[in-house]
Amino acid sequence: MTARELAQQLKTAFGDLISEAEEFRGEISVNVANAEKIAEVCGHAKRELGFDYLVDVSSIDNYGEDPRWTVVYHLYGYGHHCSLRLRTRVSEELSELPTVTTIWRTADWHEREAYDMMGIRFRGHPDLRRILMWEGYPYFPLRKDFPLSGRPTNLPEVAFSKPAPLEGGPFVTIAGGKDSTAREPRVRLPETDDVPLNARLERRADIKEAHGKSHGPGKVGTP
Amino acid sequence: MATQEVHYPDPAGRLATAPGPAAAGGPSPSTKGEDLLPDIHGEKMVLNMGPSHPATHGVLRIVLELDGEIITKATPDVGYLHRGDEKIAENMTYTQFIPYTDRLDYLAPLANNVAYALAVEKLMGIDGKLPPRCQYIRVICCELARISAHLLGLGSFAMDVGALTVFLFTFTEREKIYNLIEALTGARFTTTYTRIGGLSRDLPPGWVGQCRKFLDEVVHNIDETEQLLTRNKIFVDRTKDVGLIPREVAIDYGLTGPNLRGSGVEFDMRKAHPYLVYKDLEFDIPIGSVGDAYDRYLIRIEEMRQSVRILRQCLDKLPGGAENGSHEPVNVPDGKTVLPEKRKVLTSMEELIHQFILVTEGMNAPPGEVYFGAENPKGELGFFIHSKGGGTPHRLKIRAPSFVNLSILPYLMPGHMISDTVSIFGSLDFVMGECDR
Repeated sequence: MTARELAQQLKTAFGDLISEAEEFRGEISVNVANAEKIAEVCGHAKRELGFDYLVDVSSIDNYGEDPRWTVVYHLYGYGHHCSLRLRTRVSEELSELPTVTTIWRTADWHEREAYDMMGIRFRGHPDLRRILMWEGYPYFPLRKDFPLSGRPTNLPEVAFSKPAPLEGGPFVTIAGGKDSTAREPRVRLPETDDVPLNARLERRADIKEAHGKSHGPGKVGTP
Repeated sequence: MATQEVHYPDPAGRLATAPGPAAAGGPSPSTKGEDLLPDIHGEKMVLNMGPSHPATHGVLRIVLELDGEIITKATPDVGYLHRGDEKIAENMTYTQFIPYTDRLDYLAPLANNVAYALAVEKLMGIDGKLPPRCQYIRVICCELARISAHLLGLGSFAMDVGALTVFLFTFTEREKIYNLIEALTGARFTTTYTRIGGLSRDLPPGWVGQCRKFLDEVVHNIDETEQLLTRNKIFVDRTKDVGLIPREVAIDYGLTGPNLRGSGVEFDMRKAHPYLVYKDLEFDIPIGSVGDAYDRYLIRIEEMRQSVRILRQCLDKLPGGAENGSHEPVNVPDGKTVLPEKRKVLTSMEELIHQFILVTEGMNAPPGEVYFGAENPKGELGFFIHSKGGGTPHRLKIRAPSFVNLSILPYLMPGHMISDTVSIFGSLDFVMGECDR
């Protein structure tokens, strides 16, 4: 069985939804007209056509064209050793299409990456968070309108928006301090641990002022 | 205290002996300790491993939820080494991106160079025109890279589970490979050896002899490594039945390379879709029977032996011989795509023009999309190039094997002990430079 025949079978099953197979450099691609149907098409491809391996999910930004995003799925079958590329277009207003994580679990991280880099959301994804950029990063860096040099963010220098699991522990530096002295864990004052972080940092600055350069739990009470 | 999240995946079957969820829920016949132990099973501790941890081989952070010493949930956090390679690629010519591929899987830069060059050559339609000598040298590069990457993978794997000697043994051999690579490319790590349509240079004089000498030495080293590990009780105890990946799960999670073959899937891009001259070479594909960390270790050992076998054949069959007495070309003779020889650029008008155009504008790639996946040491390294024509890709997606291989961790880790994490990490053999791109 060849990839072209498999593409034809897919077209027979879904009719106008699937375009004629295009061949370039020996690779067969088909377009899926409606992105909402992508999960159905993929499910059929896996169950009926033996495409048991999802190689990759990529996203393309066609900046300036109307359906701005193209989402590209590379399928492969270990049984018949054929590859097939599915392409589907998603408009910028919608920026959303169904997930295929229920069909191949490997799609989980691929879709998270597409979301992280392009801002395309996958409906029904179990855990659609950023993966390469940090949680809370405000831009989608692989979009064509994002400059190569990057954009400044107003975020603090900490990488996490949620507290780290050991936050507040005895050996964990407190993020957000002005300098390394303010982030130093050993200047933690037990009585201020209930005070919110910002107040604590201010408090710490006061102590620093009052005691000059010296700091540390042993120095707090000394004149 | 009632436990809320008592159901978690348990691929290794470790939890079968632990007090089960049913015991906490309702009365069961043999629950003598029920009154004493309910809280112990219910309390979870969160352990943050990495991003800077010796066993994570780079900057992988993994948040482990623990029930005692058993992992109940694992959440990997990747991206600490993200450099935006795909964005960078969109803003430079195809040739300019070659050095960036060195830094993907930085333990096998030669193999990355070859995979990338083949992807671009596929787009240009010149992959079938590569001169035989170039193809053989590229295979030599790929296999040397494979041996080097597996030696490091095994050495650090063994070190993590307590066998430091192996690490010293394998690094001795890696040093020899790096000397060979230095003689070949001028750099030890950042090789940038391939060019689109060829190589940056032919083999240096005497290199084939050095390579043969190395191959004779490395087989001894592989044997010694195997003697140290394969029947080593500690090593076997720490790897057997640890990190068990059934065949269907491996396929479902898109694993590739030794991790896929460890689970018993007989698939290798070099056999299934031979590129370069792999179809003319004899070699075997080792596959595992169980799919645990021990199987993956055995496969890497055997793959190194097969690589030695491939290398010996390549050195024997090398068109033009060791010193290329018959002046076999190593580049495709296409001035509009392939950078000309430097010597000719300085003396000939036509080559000067080609050089100028290729460096300033890049080659004129046709519009279209290609995907090329190569069998790299870590798995299938794929490049998906979406071209709108011209000298730069409109989109270049790197399908990094380590990225995909790591995505199985949330499935794989629960049910194991904390100490098994190093066995699992070592046996998956990932590299974060490639994962985070």
